[in-house]
Amino acid sequence: MLRFTLRRLGFVLLTFLIASLLIFSLTEILPGDVATMVLGRFAAPSALQNLRAKLGLDRPVYIQYISWLSNFVIGKWGVSISTNADVLGLVMHRLRNSGMLALVGCLIYIPPGIFLGIVAAFRRNKWLDQIISMTSLAFIGLPEFVTGVILIAIFAIKLRIFPASSAIDPGASFIKILPQLILPGITIALTNLAYVIRMTRSSTVEVLQTEYVRSAYLKGLRPGYVLRKHVLKNALLPTVTIIAISIAYLIGGLIITESLFSYPGVGRLLLFAISHRDLPLIQATSMLIVLIFSVSNFFADIIYAYLDPRIRYK
Amino acid sequence: MNGSSDEKSANEDIQVLQDQPKKLTIYWKRLKRQPFAVGGGIIFLFFLLMAIIGPLIVPYNYQAQDIANRLKPPSLAHFYGTDQYGRDVFSRIIVGSRGIFLLGGSGTLLAVIIGATLGLLSGYYGGLSDEVLMRLFDVLLSIPPILLALVLLVTIGPSKPGLILVVALLYLPIEARVMRSMVLSLKMKEFVEAAKIRGEKKLYIWFREILPNTLGSMLVEGSMRFSYAIFLVASLGFLGLGVQPPSPDWGLQINEARGWFSIAPWLLIFPAGTISLLIIAANLMTDGLRHVFYPIGGEI
Amino acid sequence: MVKKGSVPVLEVEKLTVSYETERGVYQAVRDISFSVKSHESFGLVGESGSGKSTVALAIVRYLASNGKVTGGNVRFHGTDVYSLPISKLRSFWGSKIGMVYQNPQAALNPTITIGKQLAEMGKTHLGMSDREARQKACEILEMVAMPDPESVIDRYPYQLSGGMLQRCVIAMALITKPELLIMDEPTTGLDVTTQAVILDLIADLQKKFDSAILYITHNLAVVANICDRIGVMYAGNLMEQGTTQQVVAGSKHPYTFKLLECVPRFEHGRKKQLLSVIPGSIPRLDEIPRGCVFAPRCILAERTCSIERPPLIEIGQNHYTSCRLWKRVHELKAVKPEAIADRALEDIPFLKVTGVKKYYPARVKGEGIFGKRKRKYIKSVDGVTLWVNKGRTLGIVGESGSGKTTLARVISGLAGATSGDIELDGEKLGKTIPERKQTQLRKIQMVFQNPETSLNPYHTIAETVGRPITLMGKSNKREIRDRVISLLNAVKLSSHYYSRLPGELSGGEKQRVAIARAFASVPGLIILDEPLSSLDVSVQGSLLNLLIELQLQSATSYIFISHDLAVVQHISDWVVVMYLGHIVEWGDAVKVLKPPFHPYTEALLSAIPVIDSKGVRTRIRLEGSVPSALDIPSGCRFNTRCPRKPGEICRVEEPPWQEGKDDHWIRCHIPMDKLDKLQQPAMDKT
Repeated sequence: MLRFTLRRLGFVLLTFLIASLLIFSLTEILPGDVATMVLGRFAAPSALQNLRAKLGLDRPVYIQYISWLSNFVIGKWGVSISTNADVLGLVMHRLRNSGMLALVGCLIYIPPGIFLGIVAAFRRNKWLDQIISMTSLAFIGLPEFVTGVILIAIFAIKLRIFPASSAIDPGASFIKILPQLILPGITIALTNLAYVIRMTRSSTVEVLQTEYVRSAYLKGLRPGYVLRKHVLKNALLPTVTIIAISIAYLIGGLIITESLFSYPGVGRLLLFAISHRDLPLIQATSMLIVLIFSVSNFFADIIYAYLDPRIRYK
Repeated sequence: MNGSSDEKSANEDIQVLQDQPKKLTIYWKRLKRQPFAVGGGIIFLFFLLMAIIGPLIVPYNYQAQDIANRLKPPSLAHFYGTDQYGRDVFSRIIVGSRGIFLLGGSGTLLAVIIGATLGLLSGYYGGLSDEVLMRLFDVLLSIPPILLALVLLVTIGPSKPGLILVVALLYLPIEARVMRSMVLSLKMKEFVEAAKIRGEKKLYIWFREILPNTLGSMLVEGSMRFSYAIFLVASLGFLGLGVQPPSPDWGLQINEARGWFSIAPWLLIFPAGTISLLIIAANLMTDGLRHVFYPIGGEI
Repeated sequence: MVKKGSVPVLEVEKLTVSYETERGVYQAVRDISFSVKSHESFGLVGESGSGKSTVALAIVRYLASNGKVTGGNVRFHGTDVYSLPISKLRSFWGSKIGMVYQNPQAALNPTITIGKQLAEMGKTHLGMSDREARQKACEILEMVAMPDPESVIDRYPYQLSGGMLQRCVIAMALITKPELLIMDEPTTGLDVTTQAVILDLIADLQKKFDSAILYITHNLAVVANICDRIGVMYAGNLMEQGTTQQVVAGSKHPYTFKLLECVPRFEHGRKKQLLSVIPGSIPRLDEIPRGCVFAPRCILAERTCSIERPPLIEIGQNHYTSCRLWKRVHELKAVKPEAIADRALEDIPFLKVTGVKKYYPARVKGEGIFGKRKRKYIKSVDGVTLWVNKGRTLGIVGESGSGKTTLARVISGLAGATSGDIELDGEKLGKTIPERKQTQLRKIQMVFQNPETSLNPYHTIAETVGRPITLMGKSNKREIRDRVISLLNAVKLSSHYYSRLPGELSGGEKQRVAIARAFASVPGLIILDEPLSSLDVSVQGSLLNLLIELQLQSATSYIFISHDLAVVQHISDWVVVMYLGHIVEWGDAVKVLKPPFHPYTEALLSAIPVIDSKGVRTRIRLEGSVPSALDIPSGCRFNTRCPRKPGEICRVEEPPWQEGKDDHWIRCHIPMDKLDKLQQPAMDKT
């Protein structure tokens, strides 16, 4: 188990390294020169030269990469070009907001997703399953901006139950902004809900068809007991991975949903950075997203391994 | 356990029946029992047809502005109404479908072709290069796709070839993995070993022995990936990083229509409805294809 | 066995089960009637598609969701199982009806320890506390002769071998002392020697527990050995039913009669001969004949047989048959298999294998987290020397892990040898396929175990068989076509098969096509790797005959690999016995299977259930399972399991080859004459 944990940790590090290399090299070849961007197109060449030297842009690329990466690791994320704010503070503030939104989203889709998936599996090919499966199939690929726009149209503009914009005050408490989190929360949850339902259903169906579940029933065990001890444990194993994958979709969904609802989260910050070609900000936000994502995958693997004795004892 | 003895499942008595009749007839029979899938397939094909010939038969030029007739609700003259510049929404949606199919379709196709080739070679030869490639793909897959797309687009700029490239790059690792896992099991199959023993060349083994057995799965996989590609392309359009105006991109149309919703809801409803319909149709079709090719299990 | 009052525990009456498939509704079981009385063991025998597993599931009312009982009933102690409310039925499951399944690995939950799974029975049915149930689990494991039950109880299923797991499943079924024990192919997935141990255990438990047993299997010999009465099923119908004696010795149904005849058995010093076979193949579920289901394959069949389905009639005390011509069944005896006029061949070695080794590198976990990984090798084949003469057959016998399949792959070039030489027809062969010339490749062909994966499902039969001919440089389409058809005819397939796809063929037909493909390149040597073991008994015989005939016509050499000694002896001229990558015995097929044997061969022979075992056979059982090829025991590889181990020398020193009379070699420390004495008395009684 320890060996397994270390191996997975190594993989997280590797992912992080390669992703950082990718992000660095992609952003480095951005059209336009940072110095020019800062000082404007008509700046004196000598001033540009000075700024480049100050920013370390005249050093060889690999040195730039190493210093950039080590600075990232120790928390020196630089200063935003477009806002002149400290990137670390900016990103962390936004991260808290995104975290709150993601939490609301997860609460909306994870428990019902698992529940409905299991129900559909038990009613396999009956009408209830057909309804659940077909609805989730329909929703699985609907982009957040479509569902979100429809939700806004209905609940914010027509019914006026929830606000259409979720532009919250900085530092407002979770409870206070909760009403503003409901619509975007549902928006990011819907796609993932469909995904979790389908995957949970299929893994439960698989377990229900195994011989050990059949033999558990034929041992005369109570159906509720078989469900809890034999079916659920094995069926929910893959669900751990499924939820980790859905977190990835969630992050993708955040970028779109935050922009749709004007919610001040990391996703919208990334879009802002991109549209302003704010290099340090782009790099920091993308690195952070990759980090969160690989860490959540790491924990999923560890939980999975812990639950499955076949891996635990390796 | 003894590898030599046959393993039969409890349902061996009806297993005797499986895979017996001619393939096409059984596929057709299975298809007939998937009305949703057939419906989805028909709608999907209709969209495809519209994307191809639509721009030739649309009632209005999608760029023609007509300020006198701006923000008109749906009518016989303008099925889906007109937008803030008086452009015909119906025509814009139809012309926009071409972009979606072109970008999503060719991106997916590229991903399938390159991914399948890499997967085939990687799976067939194995070894260190296989290991390295697969680790690299693992890493690529553990970066949220939309983030990767954004960073890539920022670098290469939001052009049509750029978008195609992004879609291809994003989905290539998955296609390669699917292909590789099939090749890993197929290359151990006895019919492939028999071909090796009689001295067949590699090209024959790849193209005549292995590939035909992967087509069904790749079709299912590719069509599923295509519906994700539509999702991605439209989302990028919505974020303003897709096809640039004045091109009638669906995502872009929805983005622009948001501000007009209380005055002109049709500006939002029709593009949103259309894209939902296309994605739902594609999903139903893919699900049906899966049932046709893999009647037992295989439900994702 | 003690027969107390014989109350019927289970009565199955006119049971009919239908499955709804995507191509219509089919009856998998038709009008089956039989009963199992208390203290009795009843064997239900049938080949694939006979419906025997469906019967088992129908009895416990646990059919797949597309299956339905459409006629008849099942009574357990007089109560109709299908009229019971489900809650009542559940109180029967496990407590009164126990079940043992074919694949113990699949029947146990992978994420729950053995002990907990056993304890569930005690807690549910016997009202035990956690501790009592655990105690009980330990006791029951002891009863099924599980070594070290205290430690097994806390293990997970994947940590135990197949034989051990089957003990656990049997133990689980027995905790509640059920009145009926249903065993569905409980030994099918196991090696022969493990099967023998489990069968002994079942026979032993039968005496200790009073359960009635319904034993379901495809293996007639197994039921003949452990059952009191037998029912024979074929294509969903019950063909014959009676006491073991009545059915085995005095069968009154042509199917049973022929089935008994087409199993190869040992006869010392017999000449090579063809087996008596059942022509044709098992009908598909959608092509069940209208009349007697066996009529199309029956030599006795008359016109009426194919019009009306015969009922089950009682012809002797408790002896039933569904053949209206049962009085004529004895006539079948007159049809004697012909002995083959063996071709006189010079003994020229065609293939010579010298000192071949095949090691696979394996990564073995070292100590600690960052412990260095030791590089170890799985020694699948560890120094094998053998040769095959022109036009002759060398049989290779061994259990799983013996290295026989790896050896086949090394010879064919699919796996390159680690060291050693292979010489074919006087030419030295390259280790791997790319190192061999096309003309050399043509000369070695292979037929594989699994017909389902032997043929590319997307190639027609014509393409499959024609391709090797094209590769030989023939390009005249007409010529290739004629050759394909003549090859198909040679394997007894009509030219109708020419443009079919493998999906339309039965397993036996596919294997015929695979044989035709192997012969297409006019090879000198065909390696047959378990070619019959996934086929039904009634199909095996005709393929065995076909292989013998084809060899006589073409003088092709065979290497025939199998775990089944009887089949190997039947087709081979020479036999080699392998254990853990070594050859332990080697000799003339007709003479090799009599003492003195290598102790391993002796154990193998003793493990095979024989239908008409007259008198007592030596009962030699091997303990444990084959050691891993990663940690091969020192000295004699067999010393950890050898029942005749004479002493320490076996653990220290590798045994020498000893030559016996009549071209016979064994690798053992015990002198041959001593082995002969040890083994002789028991064999006399056989």
